Amino acid sequence: MIGEDPVRILSHPILGEAEPRRRLTFTLDGKEMSGLEGEPIAAALRAAGVMVHRYTKKLQKPRGVFCAIGRCTDCVMTVNGRPNVRTCVTPLEEGMTVKTQRGAGG
Amino acid sequence: MKRYDLIVVGAGPAGLSAAAEAASLGLGVALFDENARPGGQLFKQIHKFFGSREHKAKMRGIAIGAELLAEARGLGVEVFLDSPVAGLYENRELLVRRGDGVRHYKADAIVVATGASENMLAFEGWTLPGVMGAGAAQTMMNLNRVRPGNRALMLGSGNVGLVVGFQLLQAGCGLAAVVDAAPHIGGYGVHAAKLARTGVPFFPSHTVLRAEGTDRVTGAVIGRVDTDWNVVPGSEKSFAVDTICVAVGLSPSAGLLKMAGCRMRAEGPGEVPERDDDGETSLGGVFVAGDVSGIEEASAAMIEGRLSGLAAAAKLGFVGGEALENRREGLRSALGSLRDGMFTPKNRGKIPASTSEGLPVSESLLTNGYLGDSEAGRYPGVKSAPGVHPVLECAQNIPCNPCRDACPKGCIRVEGKIIALPEFVPGSGCSGCGMCVASCSGQAIFLVNEDIGDGKAAVTIPYEFLPLPAKGQTGTALGRSGAPLCPAEVAEVRLIGAYDHTALMTFTVPREFAMTARFWKSEVAR
Repeated sequence: MIGEDPVRILSHPILGEAEPRRRLTFTLDGKEMSGLEGEPIAAALRAAGVMVHRYTKKLQKPRGVFCAIGRCTDCVMTVNGRPNVRTCVTPLEEGMTVKTQRGAGG
Repeated sequence: MKRYDLIVVGAGPAGLSAAAEAASLGLGVALFDENARPGGQLFKQIHKFFGSREHKAKMRGIAIGAELLAEARGLGVEVFLDSPVAGLYENRELLVRRGDGVRHYKADAIVVATGASENMLAFEGWTLPGVMGAGAAQTMMNLNRVRPGNRALMLGSGNVGLVVGFQLLQAGCGLAAVVDAAPHIGGYGVHAAKLARTGVPFFPSHTVLRAEGTDRVTGAVIGRVDTDWNVVPGSEKSFAVDTICVAVGLSPSAGLLKMAGCRMRAEGPGEVPERDDDGETSLGGVFVAGDVSGIEEASAAMIEGRLSGLAAAAKLGFVGGEALENRREGLRSALGSLRDGMFTPKNRGKIPASTSEGLPVSESLLTNGYLGDSEAGRYPGVKSAPGVHPVLECAQNIPCNPCRDACPKGCIRVEGKIIALPEFVPGSGCSGCGMCVASCSGQAIFLVNEDIGDGKAAVTIPYEFLPLPAKGQTGTALGRSGAPLCPAEVAEVRLIGAYDHTALMTFTVPREFAMTARFWKSEVAR
């Protein structure tokens, strides 16, 4: 199934082998998940197969990673109770509470 | 309030270069960037750069980024990260968000090097998760080391689309096709040919009609457009993809300048700040460099940065006279040589009928993404010769010449300007060292021995994929179009430090395929 394969790039012809990094645990909508220290929340979610970060306010349409550099704000989620956090540029931290955002959050 | 001689906004290739140039002349320089890491997009650019030695050609963007950063830091540039510049005001005063507060800075000169952002394309389903900028895919795979998906469609055939398309393949993501509404491929032919020979099809004169899926992309539909950009009924084609990358150009991120009242002028679909040859804008003492002043390659951005850093130093009296003139002359000449050739900014959107050598351009390269087998021999790098020899499938005038410098035997000639097509000089004693193959940023050089006995030929290709094939492994040789040609056995795989991660893979084929076999796949054709 598309998306359920492991998508982490462990060996790369130019970048070489991925350096081992500490695993951090966090929750997504209450479900326990894990990611790697130093990576943005969005990378941990993508690696776990999560594509939908939020649903829009009026039409409840799904949104995910779009620019990945903190510009477009499509990937915002509610993190540690705070809505509209840009997950593509916010580093993952141990114990974070991440929630799929609905509308403007809150 | 804190004062500096020079404040640079943006730590990408232009900003780092401006900061380093000015600091080398004695200015106290601060460099602000909104990101957690410096380098702009350089640390995602894992391909080798074009140009000449002075432009850091054949180095990968990641290595150039590391070198520039070390240079700037070594010269005492203070680099502030996570520091978005929120406002630019009269008398070169800046407000910078740092932590939870806002700080006030002032400088005698400012270089704005804020880069560009990706243009977008709205189509049915374009907001679905899985549709993303090509730059986003590049960030996910090369920085975060997470594949954006397992099979992608690339919209846009400019250099960004072609380069990121190849990087998707390197990351292990399939590439279903490259689509462009224009009738011709927009980027360098050599970049397109790298994709085509692996079997990626090109669809010029096609546009995306919709992304399919409910919660995420599960497919894409494209259709052919006529000369009036109307979709031709019945021309729809579907692809099962989970990722759609959009690479339809970049626009300068000039918000800071506009807010400060900088005079702008129209260029292409958007606008750029008015500036003089050194990058100084209508706001005296405020310079621009890199993509914010007009979209070009990173190689040009680095020289523009140097020029603006130098001009700022001159304005403040840190450099003058002959030292200034010589340096400026050298930088302008380096920039001029990069802005020459078929893809120069002033040629944007035009297709010349012939090369500067007077050879007809390859129509197949412009529409299919590969040189036609009957066209290749037209170019001066493609000649038959006894023994091992390079075959340089370089058919467009682009500013690049590392192949010439790479050859210790003088087998390769690039005469006059660096945009000249490289010429293979028969009889000059190629030793098969492979340095030219690894030096070619377009991966357009092959080593061929047309007769190794037993009716066989040996073909050496640049190979930047994993896993590396093993000697003795049997697979299939592919032609320039990616079509399977014949069985091919791996004779040798070489990967030395000087090749910089480009492996040289030699396979043997029946002699008749010596001048057409240009890629290898492990799958054995039935």
